[in-house]
Amino acid sequence: MNVGIDVPRIARFGALYIAAARLRSILKWKTIIAAVDIGNPLFYLIAVGIGIGVLVQNHSGTSGTGGIKYIAFIAPALLANSAITGVMDECVFPVIEGFKWRKLFYAQNATPITGKQIAIGVYLAALSRTVFSVVIYYLLLLAFNVIDFGISLLMIPIAIMAGGSFGAVMMYFAAKIEKEDYFFNVIGRLVIMPMFLFSGTFFPLSLMPIYLQPIGWISPLWHATELGREAAFDYGISPLMIAIHLIFLSAMAVTGLVLSIRQFERRLAK
Amino acid sequence: MSNPLICVRGLTKKFGDLTAVDGVSFEVAKGESFGLLGPNGAGKSTIMRILAATSTRTSGTVEILDKDPEKFGPLVRAHLGVVPQQDNLDGELTVSENLFIYGRYFGLSKKFINNKIEELLVFAQLEEKRDVKVEALSGGMKRRLTIARGLVSEPDILLLDEPTTGLDPQARHILWDRLFRLKEQGVTLVLTTHFMDEAEQLCDRIVVMDKGSIMAHGSPAGLIKEYSSKEVLEVRFGSDRNAEFAPVLAKMCERMETLPDRILMYAEDGEKLLEQITALELHPTTSLVRRSSLEDVFLRLTGRTLIE
Repeated sequence: MNVGIDVPRIARFGALYIAAARLRSILKWKTIIAAVDIGNPLFYLIAVGIGIGVLVQNHSGTSGTGGIKYIAFIAPALLANSAITGVMDECVFPVIEGFKWRKLFYAQNATPITGKQIAIGVYLAALSRTVFSVVIYYLLLLAFNVIDFGISLLMIPIAIMAGGSFGAVMMYFAAKIEKEDYFFNVIGRLVIMPMFLFSGTFFPLSLMPIYLQPIGWISPLWHATELGREAAFDYGISPLMIAIHLIFLSAMAVTGLVLSIRQFERRLAK
Repeated sequence: MSNPLICVRGLTKKFGDLTAVDGVSFEVAKGESFGLLGPNGAGKSTIMRILAATSTRTSGTVEILDKDPEKFGPLVRAHLGVVPQQDNLDGELTVSENLFIYGRYFGLSKKFINNKIEELLVFAQLEEKRDVKVEALSGGMKRRLTIARGLVSEPDILLLDEPTTGLDPQARHILWDRLFRLKEQGVTLVLTTHFMDEAEQLCDRIVVMDKGSIMAHGSPAGLIKEYSSKEVLEVRFGSDRNAEFAPVLAKMCERMETLPDRILMYAEDGEKLLEQITALELHPTTSLVRRSSLEDVFLRLTGRTLIE
């Protein structure tokens, strides 16, 4: 056999081969993805911008939101939330598909590719696809004059970090489950929904009673929202808090990824 | 003689309390076509996953191309083509895309893969289906594509886990033909099957497995010679009467097996035996004389039929 199989090279780039294959599958859905990535922000911007936002401002002005328009106040949260759901979709469904529905991971693992590379490849593809939707979202925020161009660009990597941290943990759970029946219901209703509502998304976390605030503290969405607000407008959070938010998101991403890699390797070797 | 490509010694695999593979040893030489034959649950697929360097073992040694697959997984897998029991193609991608991404997992150049795809499409008789999504293919086509996929890296060893299970007879024969061509080209084949005819058609050498252990070992013809007679006479008297005639019939042949629906009588000359039975005024409702097969070997070794 001499067809040019370079095992050390595969060891270096294997995760990228997996990511490339994942993106190829994702691109089969490009029309639907583009429609969702444009439509979803549009609905929020219209509903909140000319609906809820006007209602809030007519009653309380901008005093409750640090002197800025209500739509601008929640925009960083919406952006981060779209990244979270985006990465999650691409980290959960392909993983269940890979282990269970189509068993694609077993096919990949029959080559020199390792479980670790499969996990990283799926994760990288999820992040790449989400960069696309976050950039579109960001451009729409500019187009709707919700934020000003400039340092607000940092909202993009912040949102990706939020998605990356939550997605990594979800990928671990997706790799662990044998029966997915109730997984989506539980995660969707008891994790995603409360996180969306109680992470300082629509109102500052400090408005909630103290015993509910821990939901925000452990929520990547809250950490990313705080950072995003700092990037989008002068929100005035301390450098210490900025560091804490960044450390929290990074630690969650790393933990999730390490757990995922271990679980991928175990399950494939079973 | 050069070193065997695969060398397995005392291989044991336990899942909790269950011993799926129990002290199995065998070797496979270069260019050989080797079969693991046995019923479901015999431990064949477990062995295949260990040979494929994707599953660990509990004890024993395994060497593939002189390397321990457990320690050198990616390196060993670089030399293998794997055809799993269940097709795990990417249904959303086309036939050629499936071959392409798989070649990339071996780090092969795009140019090499694209040339190889042409060759494999011809081999798998899927030229017309090149740009068709895999989920639209028939079962036989998917199987051929899975085999073609396993060949994209020109492997030294092709591992096939029940390659024709679930296919209709016509699709099976097409597949056998393709596998036979590979064998002629000198590709080393290791396959599992619970079809006796498949093992007889494709394998130079087989091991017969039951409950995690090897029961017998040899060429299909050699095993038949060793464990069975030249011919078999199958007679049926109706399910309630088989047992009634059994004692009489047993004295007339070398060996006999009474199955729920029929009696198998082993003899050198089946026609002659049938004449003797008829002469005794025993009239079976149906009778059939056939050559002994691996099915009979399995029955002899385990007391059970292979497909229940």
